[in-house]
Formats: sequence, structure tokens, C-alpha cells
Amino acid sequence: MTSLAITVVGHDRPGIIAQAAEVLSQCGMNLEDSSMTLLRGHFAMTLICAGAADAGEVEAALQPMANGSLEVTVREVPDEPDLPPLGSSYLVTVHGADRLGIVARLAGVIAEAGGNVTDLTTRLSGSLYVLLAEVDLPRSTDVEALQARLTKVSAELGVDTTMRLLENDQL
Amino acid sequence: MSLTLPTLPHGRVLEVVRAPSPVLSVSGSLVDPADSAVVQLCADLVATMHVSPGCVGLAGTQVGVAVQAFCVDVSAHPKARTSHGLIVLLNAEILEASRNEKGREGCMSVPDLTGDVKRATKITVAGLLPLTGERVLITTDAFEARALQHEIDHCNGLLFLDRVASAHALHARKVYLDPRDSA
Repeated sequence: MTSLAITVVGHDRPGIIAQAAEVLSQCGMNLEDSSMTLLRGHFAMTLICAGAADAGEVEAALQPMANGSLEVTVREVPDEPDLPPLGSSYLVTVHGADRLGIVARLAGVIAEAGGNVTDLTTRLSGSLYVLLAEVDLPRSTDVEALQARLTKVSAELGVDTTMRLLENDQL
Repeated sequence: MSLTLPTLPHGRVLEVVRAPSPVLSVSGSLVDPADSAVVQLCADLVATMHVSPGCVGLAGTQVGVAVQAFCVDVSAHPKARTSHGLIVLLNAEILEASRNEKGREGCMSVPDLTGDVKRATKITVAGLLPLTGERVLITTDAFEARALQHEIDHCNGLLFLDRVASAHALHARKVYLDPRDSA
């Protein structure tokens, strides 16, 4: 049993997911976690699948679907332990005029505080840049100090940043 | 159920500012309801809202004036349950809020994005009417409650972007008429 990490990036068209999933199914690879979106109009998919086929075999099988307009990579990955976060999850929201270094500076502040970004999306809409990051903070984190630091760096960048506890409704 | 508003002067249609304009992040100052500039701004907000397709609310910051003034009118909106018709409020605050629900919001100041935002579905808001300064309480629900919270956020320098529910809660506004189809 091997786990494979697959990325498919390129020109969007109807049917890419259907074809990729069909190829993986024929290779006996079970689709596990996957994420697909359009990034500025480009098709972008990342997934982990598990089965008996090796990376070279699956990459070769995906090539006809790629058809010169999609970049496909396949590589074997070790199993990662799926541990629940130890602390609390926060959502960091940033918006403002686009400029170089917003993500680098703010993600740097989060990393310095020991925060782990578990999900991130950014969008450029006209001149408006929006960043949404879900961040796990260890229990020992001084949340107020981190918020103050984010506010300070945001002011330097000319953007607005909020950090809120992520609500998880237990049903 | 409609609010009885004083007669406002003729309103002018103003340009709506878009993010990342800094004024949208400014917390609006309290206003004097009898101030003629404030009364005119209220009339202008209503006029601008009414000529903007699909617009159910507009706040001072959205026309570049950082004050505590906004208008809302959800009476023609299919998602509205309770509706007070045209609402124009100054120095408004939320007194009670309960029953949070997630809903998708757009904003004229963020025209290309929508976001999933959790808001109270039952609220009581207090505010002053323009001109007379009469203090009114509005208790409402559903879409009107969401619209009031969205506009009060504007008055405090907040956008729906500050309140989205998760890293995947922001969406590109769908264009229902594909320009490629009409070629």
C-alpha cells in the first residue's frame, strides 16, 4: 500500500476531475483527501490517494488526460499522523490594497508565535487583496500579544487584520 | 410595521467607494440628527441605494463620509420576513442579538466577492431618526436583521470580509450571463 500526492495544474476545461478520477480508479488508487479550485482561472487540484500502484505508473496513466495543457506530478509520500490540534483554532482575516509581502510578513508573525496555518486562501479582486487563514495556536500562545503584533504589522502594510476564534458548533 | 420617517430633502446619487478605500475602515463619528449636512447625506444615501440594482442598504462610509448614518430597505427582497420599509438611522447600536445563522452576503463596496457570514437572525436596534432626532427601537429578524448588522458594521469601519466564517467562506460573485454566450 502506497500513498501518492498528485498535483494537476493548468488550463481549465470540463471533465478534468472525471478523467483524473477514472484513471485513478483504473489504477486501483483510492482517492482520499483532495482539494480543487480555480486560481485566477487556472485549474488547480491537489490530492492524496492510496493503493498498490507506484508513482511512475500513475503519472504515465494520467499523461493522456494532461494532453499538453495540464501539468501533472505524482510522488510517493509517507503516511502522516492525523493528530487533532492541541490548542485553539483561529481565523485571521486580512484585507487591503494589494502590495508585495502581505502574506510573507503576516505569516511570519504567526509562525514566530508558534502558530500553524492549516488552511489558507487569498484572493486578488481588482486592487483589493484578501487573505483568510485558519491558524492553530498552541495553548501556551499569548493570543493578545499576537493580536497586537498582527495589528502593528498590518498598520505598516496598510491593511486591516482581524483574528477571531473559529466557532465549531458541536451538534 | 413601516417606520414613519420625516420628509427628507431631494437626494443626490453619490459614487459608492470600493475596498480597499481607507474610509471603509474608519469608525464613523456620532452625528447631530438636526445637522443639515447629515440630513442631506441621509437623503443622498437613500437616493443612491434606490438607483443601485439589488442594493438593500448603504452606509455613510460607503460614500466616503465616516459618520454613523445608514439606510436599509429590504421590502422588495424575497429573503425578507419582517420589513420596516425604508429605514434611515443615525448613531445606531444593537441592543439585543440572538439566533446566529450563516448566510451569504455581498456588498456594493466589495463588488466581485461574496462571503458566508454568521449573523444574529433576531435583533433589536436603537437609533435616531434624521431631522427630528427621535429615538426609535427596531426589533426585526431574518434578512432585515442581517442588513441592519451589515450596515452598522460599516458605521464601525467593518466589512463583511472581517466576519467571514472560514478560510473557504469567500466566493467570486457568479456572473450568471456568460459574456461568451452572447457573442
